[in-house]
Amino acid sequence: MDETRPVKIKVRGLSKVFGKQPQKAIELRNQGMKRPEILEKTGQTLGLSNISFDVYEGELLVIMGLSGSGKSTLIRCLNRLIETTEGEIIIDGENIPTLKEKALLECRRRHFSMVFQNFALFPHRTVHQNAEFGLEIRGVEKAERHKIAHDALKQVGLEGWEDAYPNQLSGGMQQRVGLARALANDATVLLMDEAFSALDPLIRKDMQQELLQLQSKMQKTTVFITHDLDEALNIGDRIVLLKDGEVVQIGTPEEILTKPADDYVRRFIEGVDRARILTAESAMRPLRSTARESDGPRTALHRMRDHTIDSIYVVDRDRRLIGLLEADAASRAIEEGSDSIIPYLTQDFRKVPMDEPLHNLFAMFSEKSFPIAVIDQQEQLLGVVVKGAVLDELARAGEQ
Amino acid sequence: MEIPRIPLGDWIESGLTWLTSEFSMVTRGISRFTQTGIDILNDGLFWLPEWALLGLIALLCWRLGGTRLAIGAIAGLALIWNLGLWEPMIETLTLVVFATLVAIVIALPVGIAAALSNRLYRVIMPLLDFMQTMPAFVYLIPAIPFFGIGSVSAIFATVIFSMPPAIRFTTLGIRQVPVELIEAADAYGATRGQKLFKVQLPLSLPTVMAGINQTIMLALSMVVIAAMIGADGLGSEVWRAIQRLRPGDGFEAGIAVVILAMLLDRLTQSLRKTRQ
Ligand SMILES: Nc1ncnc2c1ncn2[C@@H]1O[C@H](COP(=O)(O)OP(=O)(O)OP(=O)(O)O)[C@@H](O)[C@H]1O
Ligand SMILES: [Mg+2]
Repeated sequence: MDETRPVKIKVRGLSKVFGKQPQKAIELRNQGMKRPEILEKTGQTLGLSNISFDVYEGELLVIMGLSGSGKSTLIRCLNRLIETTEGEIIIDGENIPTLKEKALLECRRRHFSMVFQNFALFPHRTVHQNAEFGLEIRGVEKAERHKIAHDALKQVGLEGWEDAYPNQLSGGMQQRVGLARALANDATVLLMDEAFSALDPLIRKDMQQELLQLQSKMQKTTVFITHDLDEALNIGDRIVLLKDGEVVQIGTPEEILTKPADDYVRRFIEGVDRARILTAESAMRPLRSTARESDGPRTALHRMRDHTIDSIYVVDRDRRLIGLLEADAASRAIEEGSDSIIPYLTQDFRKVPMDEPLHNLFAMFSEKSFPIAVIDQQEQLLGVVVKGAVLDELARAGEQ
Repeated sequence: MEIPRIPLGDWIESGLTWLTSEFSMVTRGISRFTQTGIDILNDGLFWLPEWALLGLIALLCWRLGGTRLAIGAIAGLALIWNLGLWEPMIETLTLVVFATLVAIVIALPVGIAAALSNRLYRVIMPLLDFMQTMPAFVYLIPAIPFFGIGSVSAIFATVIFSMPPAIRFTTLGIRQVPVELIEAADAYGATRGQKLFKVQLPLSLPTVMAGINQTIMLALSMVVIAAMIGADGLGSEVWRAIQRLRPGDGFEAGIAVVILAMLLDRLTQSLRKTRQ
C-alpha cells in the first residue's frame, strides 16, 4: 500500500504490562527478554510490547494472532478500556493514553463503536433500545435516535424485530444487533473483537460477506480482530500479525501468503498452504463473454456493455486466445473508423495453464487487474481467474 | 495471677450514654419524624373500613400474583378480622412497612457505594456480618435510652436488624453484572451515572428485590419481638398471652403473624417476577 494514504489511527511504541510493577517488566524487555522470561522473573505479563502500526482512513484492518497473542488487549487499548503502559495512540491529533476523563468519554463517543465476541447486548433492553444505546448516551434527541436506530437495524436485516429482547434471537441475529448498535452510533472507527467467532461457520460466512458489503458502501475505518486466517484473508484490506504481544508482520493478505516474514507466519498459513496443491483450475470461472477475431469494434464494445465488463478476451475460430481488447481501445477503433479490432489488441495480460499453483497467481495481479486467462496446451481459452476468487478458494481450502 | 476482666460492657455503656446526651437533638428529630410517619400510616389504614382495605389488598394480590394469591389473601385476612386481631395486625403492618422503607432508603445508596468501591466493600461486609449475627434482642436495649419505650425504638431496632440483606443483595446484584456489559457501556462513552442507571441498576433489580424481600421478612420478625419494648401490634398480643398464661390467645396472634408473613412474602416475590 502506498504510504501517502491518510492515517486515521497512529499507534507508536505501544506496550502493556499486566501486573503491579510494569516498569520492571519494561526494563527487562528493553534488555531483550521475551514474555515468558519476564513472567518468570517478575510475575508480570507483557501483554503487548512495542507495537507500532497505522490504521488508514476507510480500510478494514485485521489484527490476527493465536490465542494469548494480545489481540483483545490491543483493541482495548485503542479505546482505552485497558490502560496502556507506554506508547502513543493518536487519533485526529489526540493522544488517547493521556486524555483526561472527560476528554476520553468525548473521544470514545465520537470515534469508537465496538462489537464484541459474545455480543454484549443489554438483556433488559429491546433490540431497538440496544441499537440506540450509543446515541442515547450521547444525548441525541429521542425522535432522531429512534429513526437512526431503525435505519441501522434495517441495514443489518432486522426490520420488524425492534421490540424483541436479545434472548429471543439466534446468535447470528444477536450479533446483527451488536453491529446495528455500532453502526447507529456513527463513530469514525469500528472496533470488532472476534465479532464472528461465536457464530457457526455458515452464518459466519454470511456475516463476513455482509460486513464486506457494508464496508464497500460506507468505507468505515474498521479494526477487526480474529484468530482465524481464513476470515482475515476473506475480509482484510491489510493484516497485522501478532505473536506473544509483538507484531511479526504487517501486509496485505497476498503479502502474508506469498512472503511470510518468518516461520511463525509460515506455520500460521500452513493450513492455507494446502493451497499449494490447489491450482488455477479450482478458482477458474467461466467467461462471461468473448469476442471473435472477426468481430468489429462496435460488436465487441456492445458485448462488453452487455456484460458490464471493461475488457474482453479475443479468440480465433479455434478458441485460441489471441489478445485482450479494452473498452478504451474499442472506442478508439470506432473513432478511427477501423473495421477490425486486431490492431487494437493488447498482450499486457497474464495467461496460465490449468495446473498453475494458485499461490503463484497473487503476484500476477498487477495494477491493472485484468482477470488472468486460463488456457490449455493448445492455447485455447478455458476461463478466467479474478482476484477475489483466489482468496475465496484459499479460504475454503483452509476450512477443510 | 489473675488477668483483669476487660470491661467491654462498661465501655459500650458509657459510649451509649455519651451518644444519647450529645446527640439528643438528633435522636429527638428522628423520634418526631418516625412517630409522625407511623401515625400517618396508621391513621390512613384505620380510616379505611376493614372490608375496604381487605378488598384493596386482595385486588393488589390479584394484579401482581394472580387469583390464587388473591383468594389466599382474602381467606387469611378474613380469619384475622374474625379473630378480632385486625387492629394489632394493622399496627404491625405499619411498623413493618415503615421500617422497610427506611431500611431501603438507607440500604440502596450504601449497597451501590459498596459495589462501586472496593475499599468501602471491605469495610461494609464485615459490618454487615456483625449486624446480622448479633442476637436480635440486643438491639432493643440501646434503642430505649435513645428513643424511650414504644414504636420509635421498635423501628430503630428493626431498621438496623433488617437492613443488611438489602445492602448485601444490592451490592451483589451490581457486582454480578457481566464485565462485558460494563465494557460495552464504557466503550460507547457512558459516564458513571449513565452506567449505573442504564445498565447496572436495571440488571441488578431482581437481586435487589430478593434482598428487599428478606428485609421485609426480618422486619416482621423483629417488629413482633419489639413488643418487649412496648411496640404495639400482634407481638404485644403474644406478649400479653405469655404473661397471662393463655396459650390459645398466643397461638391466635402467632397464626396472624404467619398469615401476614406469607402474604408479604408472596407479594414481594410476585413483584420480582413481574419485573423480570
Ligand atoms: N487482566 C489481565 N491480567 C493479567 N494478564 C492478562 C490480562 N488480560 C490478558 N492477560 C494476558 O495477556 C496476554 C494477551 O491476552 P489477550 O486476551 O489480549 O489475548 P488474545 O489474543 O485476545 O487471545 P484470545 O484469542 O484467547 O482472546 C495473555 O497472555 C493473557 O493471559
Ligand atoms: Mg481475545
